[in-house]
Amino acid sequence: MNQRPITEDDLHGYVDQALPPERRAEVASYLDAHPDVGKRIAGFVDQRRILRAALAPVAEEPVPARLNLSRMIESRRRHVPIRWAVAAMLLLCIGGAFGWDLHGSLQPAPGGLAALAQEASDSFNVYAPDHVRPVEMRASDRAELVEWVSSRLHRAVKVPDLSPSGYRLMGGRLIATSHGPAAMFMYNNDRGSRIVMLTRPMNSTDQNAPMTPRSNGDVAGFSWADGGTGYSIVGQAPADVLKPLADAVRKQINSI
Amino acid sequence: MDEMLRQVEPLIPALRRYARSLLRDRAGADDLVQDCLERAISRWSQRRDGEVRSWLFAILHNLAIDRFRRAATRGAHVPIDDAGESDVSEAAVQEQNLMYRDVMVRLASLPEDQRAVLLLVAVEDLSYAEAAKVLDIPVGTVMSRLSRGRERLQQEIEGVVRAPTRTVSLRSVT
Repeated sequence: MNQRPITEDDLHGYVDQALPPERRAEVASYLDAHPDVGKRIAGFVDQRRILRAALAPVAEEPVPARLNLSRMIESRRRHVPIRWAVAAMLLLCIGGAFGWDLHGSLQPAPGGLAALAQEASDSFNVYAPDHVRPVEMRASDRAELVEWVSSRLHRAVKVPDLSPSGYRLMGGRLIATSHGPAAMFMYNNDRGSRIVMLTRPMNSTDQNAPMTPRSNGDVAGFSWADGGTGYSIVGQAPADVLKPLADAVRKQINSI
Repeated sequence: MDEMLRQVEPLIPALRRYARSLLRDRAGADDLVQDCLERAISRWSQRRDGEVRSWLFAILHNLAIDRFRRAATRGAHVPIDDAGESDVSEAAVQEQNLMYRDVMVRLASLPEDQRAVLLLVAVEDLSYAEAAKVLDIPVGTVMSRLSRGRERLQQEIEGVVRAPTRTVSLRSVT
């Protein structure tokens, strides 16, 4: 017989059912003739079967809503014009900041709650429409995220749990502001609507400030400060949605 | 984009399975698949024709590796015996087949490169050439990793059957 020698690759090809029928038959008769190798290969065949069976249920699960591809494509389409809207909004913000400078030169309290609210809505405008990396660290790395931002803010930062209100933590990142680092946390609900919470130390003004609403176009929010730490929660949602969220955040932070 | 929907959507269950078997954490794995799909949408025009499946697996695999590296440089612990492992075998346990669960734990103890090859070839049915493309390695390397991965997993499985107490005591060391 003038048969090509059986190789290790042939044996794996046999296990993976990747051989042409003729070669497969040759390997099969080789295995019959060599029970030791046959036993080893039968073990691999079994192993493959077990792995497939163990993992099959994952592929049979219903695909979660957030992996709905047509919706993802659709939202990307929608977001192309929105990017321009964001650019326009940023220009407005810059314009607004100039205005605010003028305002600041007349008013003796720059950098208070209003600045914090502005930073929060800027962060929202930049990161909430981001579909690639809205947050730098995801909720699954929550402990690390908290450790990181706490060390940069030099205080124990608490991440509020908004799941009773239907908003899940997506994750967060550190934000640069002209008043130093701030921690941003992003949440979303089942409809994909995102909100942002920003917190940072208040420098000198507004160490304690009552909850104040602020809106900038269709981005609205509530800001306050307690014991030297400022909080601002913003989103593209009406005040009657955001206010209870802000209340929940405040309540949790004061009670944790 | 309709073309993309037609070609990519049927592959989502397999992408989830691969991500889950690498990460063993349901939410983390779906995060990875979501990132993968976002990238696929934005880079759809850059793909090469006829390679959609290996192209997607490559995106997903690279995202997983990035994630492992980020976790490693931060010094985060990714414990083998983490509770997260139950995610992958949850359904298997419901089928009351503890063997499946055990094999998944053994699989997790394989070196990452061997595990990836084994999963792509034995579970996801990628050809050796496709697996080589996904992992950006020569086919010969795929074959040697596959061989080593299979041998090692087999030793693990048989070790458990023959001497369960011994392997349990070894587990914390590996």
